[in-house]
Amino acid sequence: MKIAVCVSHAPDTATKIIIGPDNKMIDPNGVTYAINPFDEYAIEEALRAKEKLGCETIAISTGRTANKESLRKALAMGIDNAVLLRDDAERDTLSTAKALAEEIKTQSAELVFFGKQSVDYDNSITGQLTAELLGYNCVSVVVDFKLDGNKIIAEREIEGGREVVETTLPAVITAQKGLNEPRYASLKGIMAAKKKVIEEKPALESENAVEILKMKKPPMKHAGRILGTDKSSVGELVRLLKEEAKVI
Amino acid sequence: MSNKILVFLEQRNGQIKKSSFETAKTASDIARHLNYEIEAISVGAVIENVAETGRYGVNKVTVFSNSTLANYSTSAYSELVAEYAKETDADIVFFSNTSMGKDIAPKVSIKLNAGTLMDCVSLDISSGEIIATRPVYAGRALIEAKITSAKKVFTLRPNVFNIGQTGDTQAEVVIKEVAVPNLSNKVIEIKKSEEKLDVAEADIIVAGGRGLKGAENFHLVEELADVLGAAVGTSRATVDAGWRPHSEQIGQTGKTVSPNLYIAVGISGAIQHIAGMSSSKCIVAINKDKDAPIFSIADYGIAGDVFEVLPALIEEIKRAKS
Ligand SMILES: Cc1cc2nc3c(=O)[nH]c(=O)nc-3n(C[C@H](O)[C@H](O)[C@H](O)COP(=O)(O)OP(=O)(O)OC[C@H]3O[C@@H](n4cnc5c(N)ncnc54)[C@H](O)[C@@H]3O)c2cc1C
Ligand SMILES: Nc1ncnc2c1ncn2[C@@H]1O[C@H](COP(=O)(O)O)[C@@H](O)[C@H]1O
Repeated sequence: MKIAVCVSHAPDTATKIIIGPDNKMIDPNGVTYAINPFDEYAIEEALRAKEKLGCETIAISTGRTANKESLRKALAMGIDNAVLLRDDAERDTLSTAKALAEEIKTQSAELVFFGKQSVDYDNSITGQLTAELLGYNCVSVVVDFKLDGNKIIAEREIEGGREVVETTLPAVITAQKGLNEPRYASLKGIMAAKKKVIEEKPALESENAVEILKMKKPPMKHAGRILGTDKSSVGELVRLLKEEAKVI
Repeated sequence: MSNKILVFLEQRNGQIKKSSFETAKTASDIARHLNYEIEAISVGAVIENVAETGRYGVNKVTVFSNSTLANYSTSAYSELVAEYAKETDADIVFFSNTSMGKDIAPKVSIKLNAGTLMDCVSLDISSGEIIATRPVYAGRALIEAKITSAKKVFTLRPNVFNIGQTGDTQAEVVIKEVAVPNLSNKVIEIKKSEEKLDVAEADIIVAGGRGLKGAENFHLVEELADVLGAAVGTSRATVDAGWRPHSEQIGQTGKTVSPNLYIAVGISGAIQHIAGMSSSKCIVAINKDKDAPIFSIADYGIAGDVFEVLPALIEEIKRAKS
């Protein structure tokens, strides 16, 4: 069996977002990109499965050459191989999922880890779309994962608790924070990753189904009033919440 | 083109959720503008309040029922919804952007060959097309986008779309027994968390951060939440310190919330925290540092010590409520 993990290369979460001149996407100048934080949980879980089952692991990313940086990070953490599905165009989730599904099929990976969400467009669906395209089972937003032979018991986070889901391989799992504690890449891992060749091939082409018309900044929230510096202001606060904001 | 909209109504414990009624109401407004027909679908065992959907402008609901479908099943639910959407030739399917909605919507969209826009916070119609606005980069920007494929799937962020005026019409409910649901993927147990109320579903949230100094002081946050009927939320700093569970974490790597009232106590307002709560309708900050970034998005603030302000605030609210 082969295990795959899909990684996206996203702006650091503390990045200041500036809208680009076309008013459709961000201005990438001065933005630091790194591996999408949720994908580190996906990599860690893939590595744990590998250690248990002794099978091969591969990291896949589709996008620009810069994505190799995040693939390198996956290799440094311990993933065996990596492939970049090269694509310079802007892709929606559907065509991203189609490209990933195609490669997962080529690799005949039967257990595939995704992050639950990529911190750029925050779509949170690429894993589910890919699973459905492949006809694989899927559990999203997973915080606990157990594999026993062919059987999967995974816990997914829902409002007010967790659902314990039972399913079987082949499957896609999307990782939520809390699933595990991602390891740090060792110096040896980092050195070894530098020497590895990341395979590069063109991504499957397909049409986008979503068109972005405009990107804009959210309406500025006016800073409100500081009512005071101690408990003498609580009376005023409660009055405002009741009478002005009408929220209590 | 059949000019038809389908709305998925999510049930938990046999009750349709409030967020689904918001979605039904919003979708019915869209249907009216576009001159489309609309109907709803739900999946479960026994659903009690399903006829109420009529109050939100949707007059027909088909319920796919089987005793094994009380809990969510990705495989069974998505198949039933997609098959019904095909049968009725629906062009547009709406879901709420809940944990179930985020799981099922993409499955249905592939089965229908539809494009998907997730987590929409407003919908407009321009030249007969739906233009959706949704946050990206954790709310630091918004995009306006449209779906170009013939079939379309949208999910709507809970607690953002106004239910507004409701009628008293009851919907016609058609119950269809499902013979053999596809349970290749099924929920075998639900583990309820200890929190009484989940932040994702609360109208009021009291969130405490590292300024509380230790897990042992969170009783102050809990007491304030209790008197307000609020849920307890927190920052990542306290989760990492092991003071609070991750299920309470609000922000980019936690939950996104938009309650009517959000009270942040001892939270600095880091960009990743603000990402998860900036769409709250009213924000109150209590922080001893008057320059803390949280004040820049707060409607009301007290630049004081939580250990002095919180007990006084709890008493004041008790008094106001009695
Ligand atoms: C990839 C990534 C993802 C992240 N995701 C999230 C996320 O989802 N959610 C999140 O919250 N954070 C997230 N963070 C962390 C975020 O950057 C901050 O570190 C975190 O939000 C800080 O939590 P805090 O406000 O409780 O603590 P601090 O920043 O330490 O703030 C404590 C505040 O309490 C005030 N204070 C101290 N004592 C008192 C007192 N006695 N009375 C009143 N006020 C007092 C201080 O003035 C200070 O403003 C993420 C970071 C990264 C890198
Ligand atoms: N371009 C990409 N290449 C590889 N994996 C991706 C890509 N975009 C998204 N993913 C995966 O899909 C997950 C969810 O992304 P999204 O649906 O965009 O929020 C991410 O955490 C990644 O695991």
